[in-house]
Amino acid sequence: MASLRRLAIIYSVVLSHLDQAPKIQDYGAIGDCRTVALISRYGSIDWLCWPSFDCPPIFAALLDHDKEKGGYWVIAPVEVHKFEHAYVRNSNVLETRFICSSGSATLTDLMPVASEAFKRHNLIPDHELLRQIKCTVGQVEIEVRFCPRSNYGSTPVNIRSNPWGWRMDVGRGIYTLRGSIPLFIDDSGARATASLKQGDVLQFSLTYSEESPTVLPALGERARNAIERSIAWWQQWANISNYKGPYREAVTRSALALKMLAYAPSGAVVAAATTSLPERIGDTLNWDYRYCWLRDASLTIRALVGLGFMDEAESFVSWLLQATRLTQPELRILYSVFGRIAPVERELKNLSGYCDSSPVRIGNGARDQLQLDVYGEVIDASAQYAQHISRFDRSTQKVLIGLGNYVARNWDRPDEGIWEPRSGRRNNTYSRLLCWTALDRLLALDEKAVISGAPRELFRRERDRIRRQIETRAWNQELESYVSTLDGDDLDASLLRIPWYGFEDACCPRMQSTYRAVRKHLGAGDDLLFRYRREPSEGAFGICGFWAVEHLALSGNLQEAHREFDQLLKYGNGLGLFAEEIDPRTGDALGNFPQAFTHVGLISAALTLAEKERGQEHPAAKTGSDVKSSSPGAAA
Amino acid sequence: MNWDSWLIWGFAATIVLTTISSATQGLGLTRMNLPYMLGTIFTPDRDKAKLYGFLIHLLIGWVFSLIYVLIFQQLGAAGWWRGALIGVIHALFVLVVAMALLPGLHPRMASEQHGPEAQNMLEPPGFLALHYGVQTPLAILISHSVFGAILGIFYHLKH
Repeated sequence: MASLRRLAIIYSVVLSHLDQAPKIQDYGAIGDCRTVALISRYGSIDWLCWPSFDCPPIFAALLDHDKEKGGYWVIAPVEVHKFEHAYVRNSNVLETRFICSSGSATLTDLMPVASEAFKRHNLIPDHELLRQIKCTVGQVEIEVRFCPRSNYGSTPVNIRSNPWGWRMDVGRGIYTLRGSIPLFIDDSGARATASLKQGDVLQFSLTYSEESPTVLPALGERARNAIERSIAWWQQWANISNYKGPYREAVTRSALALKMLAYAPSGAVVAAATTSLPERIGDTLNWDYRYCWLRDASLTIRALVGLGFMDEAESFVSWLLQATRLTQPELRILYSVFGRIAPVERELKNLSGYCDSSPVRIGNGARDQLQLDVYGEVIDASAQYAQHISRFDRSTQKVLIGLGNYVARNWDRPDEGIWEPRSGRRNNTYSRLLCWTALDRLLALDEKAVISGAPRELFRRERDRIRRQIETRAWNQELESYVSTLDGDDLDASLLRIPWYGFEDACCPRMQSTYRAVRKHLGAGDDLLFRYRREPSEGAFGICGFWAVEHLALSGNLQEAHREFDQLLKYGNGLGLFAEEIDPRTGDALGNFPQAFTHVGLISAALTLAEKERGQEHPAAKTGSDVKSSSPGAAA
Repeated sequence: MNWDSWLIWGFAATIVLTTISSATQGLGLTRMNLPYMLGTIFTPDRDKAKLYGFLIHLLIGWVFSLIYVLIFQQLGAAGWWRGALIGVIHALFVLVVAMALLPGLHPRMASEQHGPEAQNMLEPPGFLALHYGVQTPLAILISHSVFGAILGIFYHLKH
């Protein structure tokens, strides 16, 4: 009876931690380049989709105030005074340190990774998540609660005990949990408690397979080796980077986050690991970002090539040009990791959403939108990559020229534009800018003989028409600024990209006054920027702050660029991860997490700073034909 | 066994099969390019791979047509529907068995378990080659049933 009472107390103490909905920035991410799990600093895995990013989650507590409904897996001491988490240096292996009154413990979480050569000679699970908790000081009481739910929390999971562990059949897959202590199955899942003394270790392995017989990984030595091997693999990967510029730690962390969001079997990079983390708490701006947005292409390649990750860059360019073939010469805004059109958007009624921000959506309605800037993104990405090859093969040349022909015929159409509003189409300046970029880069590729057979006259004529249109109709003399739409008077932060693509010199009077206007109208305080004005306002958009840094760097104002960069870094979580947006009032992360777009923005801004400090050429000067860029070191 | 008839119509049926495969790709039914997949076993060069793959595909098609005509001989009858039926079975074999085995056999094809290493590899076909487009099974079924139907119509049985 006494032990039952003690158990009840233990559960209630753990629940008090669990009842606090972690903030988005309280999460860390682990992954294996096929999926990502989110782990709160309280030791709870609240998000995991297997076998790939866009599959239904087995843990989705992130999306419901009732953790039991979504599913989670917590391993943590019962009474904790302090939580700290950090990645093992230059790796995606997460350590959470629990400091208790009686001692302390460290939880290590990872998805084990290995080289292809290792995998050829060793039987390892298709998908595995490994958790190890070690008592480092004194004595700690550990609580384990394993509550899986299938199909976005709508279906309970039947856990069956076997001599080798616990088995769960979900859909066509099998989840297997193994642990170094017995778990007791109850109505909501499985649970256990254990008392650990200094040096004691508990290990748990959760695997997923769609083939039987499934691999049953051993714990003990094998698990310890898997942890060491994974740390070594990530560190070796991070060492490939040739980056020598400022903010190395933040840049490396961003590269590791970007790598986690890359889907290795196809080379795609998803926008974020989650769905429906809100852009405004308690509101309906909740979208599914577990797909690949072509909008991110140019900056993603900029980040990968700039840091020296050429294998990843080659895979991504190949995915961009080959996986999208079914819709070419038209491009959709987003695709699945295998190049399928993203699923139709639907709302899940059974989940209440993160902090009651409903609805929870899966699929994405933007799949039917027209976004003309994606052509420029894909072609600019190809042009950046082309600096490292002598010539594209014939079918790739054909694809690129086909995209160019589409742009030449369609650039003058209204579209939804980069921010994907659901309020209809407009003549967006940014879309025109990227159409200009598309034709300009193709002409440059043709001049360099990387492609051949492009209709030069057509491309040149249309490119110059776009330039004239932007220069005349996207400039608002009253505001002394470029504006979001032709003949309009709204501003948005994407205008800061005009010099980056080489359309204007960052130092020219027009861009200098555009920068001032954007700062004045879209400033969210503390160097943050809104992407556009909206009532009620959403969060400051993470990448837009880095665009401002890059603009400052391109215009030679390096001191101010550094100051703003330092300021923006404060909005990453303690692990260096960024969501899509930042609440300017509280500094909290908003939107899906971790967000590739913000991280590639950070990397690109750091690269530009490093290039300007070394007096190197503007990046667009290497890839463009009609590029206006300031000379190295030019003052604002 | 009518060797002359097999040589001629096996070749012709394979040419039609290859043509339909290219057409289904061009029409946006599927991204799957079988000659390219075969050619990249031998070279990473995309242009050369297509040429090598075309020749290999021709050879394999010819060999497979031999199985069709042997079945016709065994049945003592040919005809378009028998050929198409064998074609459907052939297509199902390609989709269900061959595609599942391919990542293990192809030196430049990733598997679903590939990663985190990023090498530029061919993406895996997935179940029924659906990763290459949801209409891929339809394209394969059409091309192989036409392949069989041509053999069924034109192959002259040797009695």
